[in-house]
Amino acid sequence: MQQSEFLNVVMPFKDKLYRLAKRLLVSTEEAEDATQEILLKLWNKNASFEKYKNVEAFAMTMTKNFCLDRLKSKQAGNLKLVHSNYQEKGSLLQKQIEAKDSVSWVERIMEELPEQQKMVLQLRDVEEYDYDEIAEMLDMQPTAVRVALSRARKTVREKLTQKHSYGIG
Amino acid sequence: MESDNIKELVEKYFEATTTVAEEDTLRAYFSKGGVTPELEQYVPMFQYFSNAKEEKFTKQVPLDTIASVTKRRFNYKWLSVAAVGLLMFGIYFGKSYQEKREAEYAYQETKKAMTLLAQNFNRGTEKVAYLNQFEETKQKVYNK
Repeated sequence: MQQSEFLNVVMPFKDKLYRLAKRLLVSTEEAEDATQEILLKLWNKNASFEKYKNVEAFAMTMTKNFCLDRLKSKQAGNLKLVHSNYQEKGSLLQKQIEAKDSVSWVERIMEELPEQQKMVLQLRDVEEYDYDEIAEMLDMQPTAVRVALSRARKTVREKLTQKHSYGIG
Repeated sequence: MESDNIKELVEKYFEATTTVAEEDTLRAYFSKGGVTPELEQYVPMFQYFSNAKEEKFTKQVPLDTIASVTKRRFNYKWLSVAAVGLLMFGIYFGKSYQEKREAEYAYQETKKAMTLLAQNFNRGTEKVAYLNQFEETKQKVYNK
């Protein structure tokens, strides 16, 4: 496969890979590195490309595994550090504005979810995949996907109403 | 009327029994504005999901690296072929060298054994020399 062909295949879903990576790794730089790594890996697999009937799902699974490995590895310690730096960088004013903005609360709440629920919520509500596709990507049973999704949505709702009733949490 | 329908969908949404199309309806409803006060608490959630979809991977994938990676892989392939060739060559000649050394060793050992044999043989001949004495004495006796 030529480079241009490869790019044509990969381009439509590279943003999805990046968003999933960012959902899991939180830090923008880490997510960018991860996405790049995945794309390079895909390119190296090039020859066996036709074997996978759904390259996109395969790439998503790769991203998931890569990010989870990354979180498990020793570097995960650095990752947290990066993230806290990133949070502190924001000025006080910006923080206040953000606190008022409930939309950004959703992001914070999602960060607190367990990884699996995070991924399911991301794939379903942001990327709008079918349950079967998600099940394939995450190597889960479709019913388990539903359960995780329902749980994740309810948690987000619960935390969001909490924040609302307490004002700025 | 519409809000009843939406409320139902929201219920289903939290049970994760909605279809993708129904979720689209929800997202459209919540982004449009004019949401019923009861449902207002869900606005940030759906808004966030719509926002999150906008995020793009802007980093350029270094195509040069891709090219050089593949190039290097290509070289590795031929390198391994060359290495195998060299290895076979080495084994072949190494073996003949080994054989030569073994032959040399065997030759030395045989030589040593032969020398030993020769020495013992000589000692044997010396002893046989005494037999001459017997012969001489015998001659003396006959001649008398």
